Amino acid sequence: MASPPLLALRGVCKRFGVVEVLTDIELELRAGQVVALLGDNGAGKSTLVKVISGVTPADKGVIEWEGSPVQIRRPHDARDLGIATVYQDLALCGNLDVVGNLFLGREIRRFGFLDEVEMERRTSQLLERLTRGVPDLRAPVVSLSSGQRQTVAIARSLLGDPRILLLDEPTAALGFEQTSEVLDLVDQLRDRGLAVLLISHNMGDVKALADRAAVLRLGRNNGFFDVNTAPQEQIIASITGATENVPRRMAHQEAGW
Amino acid sequence: MVNGMHSEADGTRAAPPAPTTKTRRPPRAAALAQVIEGGVVVLRRKLSAGELGSLPVVLVLAAVWITFQSLNDSFLSPRNLSNLSVDIVGTGLIAVGIVFVLLIGELDLSVGSISGLAAALFAVLNVNHGVPEWLALVLAVLSGTVAGTVQGYSVAKTRVPAFVVTLAGLLTFNGLMLYILGTSGTVNLDENGLVAKLTSHYFTNDAAAYSVAAVATGLVFLVSHHGRRRRMAVGMPHRSFRVIVVRTAVLAAVAFTAAYLLNRFQGLPLALLILLVVVAGLDIVLRRTHYGRQVYALGGSIEATRRASLNVTGVQTAVLAVSGTMAAIGGLFLASRITSVSQGAGSGLLLLNAIAAAVIGGTSLFGGRGTTWSAVLGMLVIQSIASGMVITDTPTAVQFMITGGVLFAAVVIDALARRSQEAHGRA
Repeated sequence: MASPPLLALRGVCKRFGVVEVLTDIELELRAGQVVALLGDNGAGKSTLVKVISGVTPADKGVIEWEGSPVQIRRPHDARDLGIATVYQDLALCGNLDVVGNLFLGREIRRFGFLDEVEMERRTSQLLERLTRGVPDLRAPVVSLSSGQRQTVAIARSLLGDPRILLLDEPTAALGFEQTSEVLDLVDQLRDRGLAVLLISHNMGDVKALADRAAVLRLGRNNGFFDVNTAPQEQIIASITGATENVPRRMAHQEAGW
Repeated sequence: MVNGMHSEADGTRAAPPAPTTKTRRPPRAAALAQVIEGGVVVLRRKLSAGELGSLPVVLVLAAVWITFQSLNDSFLSPRNLSNLSVDIVGTGLIAVGIVFVLLIGELDLSVGSISGLAAALFAVLNVNHGVPEWLALVLAVLSGTVAGTVQGYSVAKTRVPAFVVTLAGLLTFNGLMLYILGTSGTVNLDENGLVAKLTSHYFTNDAAAYSVAAVATGLVFLVSHHGRRRRMAVGMPHRSFRVIVVRTAVLAAVAFTAAYLLNRFQGLPLALLILLVVVAGLDIVLRRTHYGRQVYALGGSIEATRRASLNVTGVQTAVLAVSGTMAAIGGLFLASRITSVSQGAGSGLLLLNAIAAAVIGGTSLFGGRGTTWSAVLGMLVIQSIASGMVITDTPTAVQFMITGGVLFAAVVIDALARRSQEAHGRA
C-alpha cells in the first residue's frame, strides 16, 4: 500500500442536536475504484455524503486528502478539492434552464457579463457525451422528465473535472434503460480514474458496479466487503444488523486493498 | 418601446428551428410565412410549458386602452399618454425593486415607508437645513440603501421571512419619517430645484425622443445580430436573420410611435427616460451577470443555491438593499410630482400598487420568474385604469374593484402557469 488513499475519513462524528447521526466513521476512497455505501434507512448514508461535500461539516474526526489532513467546512472547500456530488434530491433550480443549472456558481464570463454562447456550447458537448436524449438546453429544468433531470445533475457534477464523485441514490427515480445508462457512465468514470462513492439500495447495481462495499448501521461502520468475493448474504446480514460484531477498524481489510 | 424591448428579452431563450423551404412560394411571402411559423412554434411551446411571460399583461393593457378610448376619445391623446408616462415613474421604480425581492421568493412591505423617509430626509435637509441639493439627494437615496441593507441582513441571518422583518420596517421607517418631518408637517420643495425637475423637465427638441428610439432600436439589433454571428461561428442553433429583422422592426414601430406621440405634446419626459434606462440596466444586471443569476437561483431553490457554494446571505442582503434603494429613488420622484413632502408620503395605496404592478406585469409570487420590464408593464396597466377612471368620471370605488380584479387574474394566471409547468415536467 504505497500511495495513500485519495480521500480518507478517520473517526468522523456528526450530531444534530442530541442525536448522534454518525459515530467514528472510517472510510477510504481510491482513484479508479467504486465504493458502495450501504445501509438501512436512517443509517446515516446521506448525512455522510453531506459531510464529505461540506453541506453539513463534521463535528469531530479527520478528513485526509492524499494522506494529508484537510478541512471541509463549506461546499466550496469540497469543490476546490475536486469532490463533486449528485444529491438524492438533485439540488437543481427548477426555474433555471439546463445551461444555468450546469454552470450555477461557476459561470463563464466575457467582459464581465455571462457568456451564454460558450456555456451553451460546452453544455451540449458534455450532454452529448453522456446521453442519447439531450434535453432542450433552454427549457427550465422543472419541465424536464426525472431521467433528464438526473442527467443534468450528473453532468453538472462532472463539469469541473472532479477526482471524486459522490452519487446519492442516482438510479432510484429512473426506469430500466436510464438506469443502465447511468451505470455505464459510472463504469466509464471509474476507468478514467475517478473515485466513486455510490449509495444504492439496489444490490444488483452494487454487485454489477462496485469494487468494495462499506456498510453503515445506526450511524456506525458495520463492515467492509470486497463485493466480488463476499457472499451477498453476508453483506445483507451486515446491513440488517444480523451481524453486529464486525470489527469497526478496517485494519484486517487493509491487506486486501 | 417598453413592450418591444421586453419581448426581445424573452425571445433570447427561444431559438426557433432553422427555416426549411419545402415548397416553392414567392420569396417574400415564403419568408413571412416562415417567420410566422417559427413564432407559432415557439409560442405553442411556451404556452404548454407555462411560460406566458408578458403576453397576458400586454393583452390586458390593450383591452384597457381600447375600452377607455371607446368611452372617451381623449384617453389616447398625446397629452394623456405623456402624463401617463410620467405618472408611472415613481411607483414604477419602487415596483422594479419589488421585482428583485419577488424573484427570491420574498416580499418587501417596507418600500412605501422607505420612499416616504427618503423624500422627507431630502426635504428637511435641503429646505430646512440648507444642505446642497445634490448632497441631500445622495443622502436620501443612501438612506434607502442602508434601510434595505439592515433589513436584508436581518432576514438572511435570522431566517425570519422578509415580510415579517419588513413589516417591522414599515412601522419603524414611517415613525422615523414623522420624527424627521417634526411638527412642521408639510415641506414644500423648490419649484425650480433639481428634484422638481426630475418630473417637470421635458426634452422639447423633437430630435431627443427620436434619437433615443433610434439608439435603443439600433442597440437591440446590433446585440442580437452579434449574438447570432457568434452562435453561427461555433455551430450552435441560432435565430434566422429574418426573425431578428422582424423583431427589430416591431420594436422600432413601438419606439418611434411613442416618440412621435410624446413630441406631439411636450417632448420626451426626463422621468420616462430615467425609468427606461434604469429598468433596461437592471434587466441586464439580472439576466446577464453572475449576481443576477444568483438572484434567480435563490428564487428557484435556496438549498440548491447553498450547495452550489453561493453566498446566500450576501444575495439576500443585496436584494433588499436594491429594493430599499429603488424605493428611495421612487419616493423622490413621487415628491417631485407634487413638489412637496407631507406626513402622508409613502402611505396609503403606494405599497400595494407597487407590489400589484410587479405581479400584474408577470413576476411570479412564488419566486424565480419575472423581469424588471414586468414592473413597467404592470404599472402601465394600473395607471391606465386610474387615468381612464378620472377621464370618464368613474368613482374611485369602481377603480379599486377593477384594479383588484386585474390583480386577482394575474395571481391566478401565475399559479396556473406554475402548475402547468410542473405537470409538463411529469409528462
